[in-house]
Amino acid sequence: MGSTDNYPADPEYQRPPLPETTGNTDQMPTIFEELQARAAKRWDELTSGESAWIRVGGGTSGQAVGADAVFDAFKSSVESTGVNANVSMVSAMGLMYLEPQVDVLMPNGSRVFYGNVEPEEAQTIVEQHVKNGEPLIDRAYAYSGGDGSGVGNLPELSSLPMVALQHRIATRNFGETDPHDLLQYVANGGYQALNRALTEMTPEEIVDEVKAAGLRGRGGAAFPAGVKWSFLAPSTAPVKYVLCNCEEGDPGAFNDKGIIENDPHTLVEGLIINGYATRSTHGYIFIRTGHELPIESVRKAIAAAYEAELLGKNILGSDFSFDMEVSLTGDSYVAGEETALMEAIEGKRATPRFKPPFPAAAGLWQKPTNINNVKTLAYVPEIVRNGSDWFKSIGTETTSGTAIVCLSGHITYPGMYEVPMGMTIREVLEKIGGGVSDGERIKVLQAGGPLNGLLGVEAFDTMIDFDAMSAAGASIGSGGIIVGNETTDVVDLLRSLIAFNQFESCGKCFPCRLGNTHMLEILDRMCQNKAKSADLALLERVGTSMKAGSLCGHGQLGFNPIASALKYFGDEIISTLAGEIAPGGVYGDGTMILPTRTRP
Amino acid sequence: MREQIRQILNSQEQPTVTVLSSLIAVQDSIHYLPDEAIKETATFCGSTINEVWSVASFYTNFRFTAPGEKTLDVCWGPSCHILGAQQVLDSVQSALEVKEEGESPDGKVTLKYNTCLGACAQGPVIAVDHHLIGKQTAESAAKIARELRGLDG
Repeated sequence: MGSTDNYPADPEYQRPPLPETTGNTDQMPTIFEELQARAAKRWDELTSGESAWIRVGGGTSGQAVGADAVFDAFKSSVESTGVNANVSMVSAMGLMYLEPQVDVLMPNGSRVFYGNVEPEEAQTIVEQHVKNGEPLIDRAYAYSGGDGSGVGNLPELSSLPMVALQHRIATRNFGETDPHDLLQYVANGGYQALNRALTEMTPEEIVDEVKAAGLRGRGGAAFPAGVKWSFLAPSTAPVKYVLCNCEEGDPGAFNDKGIIENDPHTLVEGLIINGYATRSTHGYIFIRTGHELPIESVRKAIAAAYEAELLGKNILGSDFSFDMEVSLTGDSYVAGEETALMEAIEGKRATPRFKPPFPAAAGLWQKPTNINNVKTLAYVPEIVRNGSDWFKSIGTETTSGTAIVCLSGHITYPGMYEVPMGMTIREVLEKIGGGVSDGERIKVLQAGGPLNGLLGVEAFDTMIDFDAMSAAGASIGSGGIIVGNETTDVVDLLRSLIAFNQFESCGKCFPCRLGNTHMLEILDRMCQNKAKSADLALLERVGTSMKAGSLCGHGQLGFNPIASALKYFGDEIISTLAGEIAPGGVYGDGTMILPTRTRP
Repeated sequence: MREQIRQILNSQEQPTVTVLSSLIAVQDSIHYLPDEAIKETATFCGSTINEVWSVASFYTNFRFTAPGEKTLDVCWGPSCHILGAQQVLDSVQSALEVKEEGESPDGKVTLKYNTCLGACAQGPVIAVDHHLIGKQTAESAAKIARELRGLDG
């Protein structure tokens, strides 16, 4: 049995010489300028040539409602009709209620958007719109571009509230580019930040820039990213790691995987800059096996970046060398905890480590390590490109930038929306989400993942901002907001959250392993009208023990859903306990198929 | 079998090869982890059978018996739950004649619970061999399940 140092890939690279003020300024053209020239040519061919460009929105969400079949139908319609058009599967726009979504950009610059497209409609759209130049106004929902005279009575895309109210930074390319085409990313400003960093800035200047931007970690803890980077930067160890956490197991959150599958290069570029700023040698992107689309997308992006000399030895001709790979984990929610994640990359059970030592001192394979969430890194290229003042000007005093909110559940317009911090929950739900989906009223929100709280109507005027949300008893957390209407039984919803937490406890600390099991039993009793009068006090005692006796957030935060439910729905919970409310759950008798399990 | 597993272990392409990456590679190819996979992984990684088992039993995606011809995942995460995942799960279990996770009696379909398939905006979501299908109802999911067994929808 080898020590961890004997793992085949444990790298024994020599650290590259520390970059001084690097630069290729007097050699023309540079590697990057050549890349930009190729990218501009490619983008011109797609957008200003003689051909139309048909873009089908892909992504996991689009594919779940048949985007693949729609894409195939458009390809074959274009072939059989013989029109001059390119067909691409591009990133999803985030307006998921309109999926499968297709748009047509005509050579005259006018672009028309169709939602909920069926494969059978491809032939008609290709013939009438692309061939005859007559968009199907009745089937379209918006237009953009063109000569200014509009398209029929269609609204302009940017005037739709769910588009107008967004401020897209990390999701800036969504709906625009093919995520598998590096050149399309570069043509839209991609890798300029990396080039600027390598040619004009020292690592220290980048760390300072990220600090000044006020970028706080988007994984849930909201710790200032620049400060975290500065813990790793001074270490002179020959091997240092930067890790990107995409173990996004939170039900209701799909923005990390969304970024990876829709615009993987923004993450790859962010992680390379993270590596340069902390003088690291290797980067890992950590993601759960089985999520095939994001995995394929980021693997292709890394391969393309190597090919273009954006990764590997002497990146873009500079002194900086950096390698990157994807590390797959098995199914385990706790693997998203930063030290458990390192255990998983090392190939072991994903259980949290004791801290200290902190990752900056001894992390992955005991080497100095820095870890960031996908969303955090996805902002970095734009911060370096546009400067910290620009980023700081967006959002609130204490939380600059945007929040990438995922709306699901009983909401009219489910989707992924990037909004400036400081918008209220109510604005997001009503103006962007279109309110509750079935005429009932919104009763309950589950915000920030299953370790965070439930919110009632009283909290809807809370600003989306790390501090305001946590004062309300919830968290932005992963960015997911699950909406429940008046028919939602709060105790039944709690039971499903605690069932998730119980199932996903890694089992290392018994207060978490057994505490979640106890809480689940009590909630199950409540749902079946078999609760005892002492059960509420028992729940609170279990919750207190979990908070005190668990190593990581999974146990420490495990009582949050119940605590917040007591705050907003105390009466309903007390009534359920007293047996005054009919058993909850979807069967009327309160039963639920519970996949309980304790890890061996 | 052993030879096939050795070949899978040796042809991992990513630079970092570990016990976990090896088990994932084997399951990706042959869809479960037979005893031989545990032993060969231990040898390949210079680890012990005990240690490999500890990893294999931790991650819930690993299975130790051959699955049915098709795998049907049903999401039961809170987001799908609110939209009726319990009814979907219930009707799929009836259609597959199973009470929990596992194989239908004809061995054609394996039911698997999933905590989040990642397409919450299209819930309730199921997946057939990792291919996601959104906006399910009890009826539509049962139809898919029956069709996978070769029965009339």
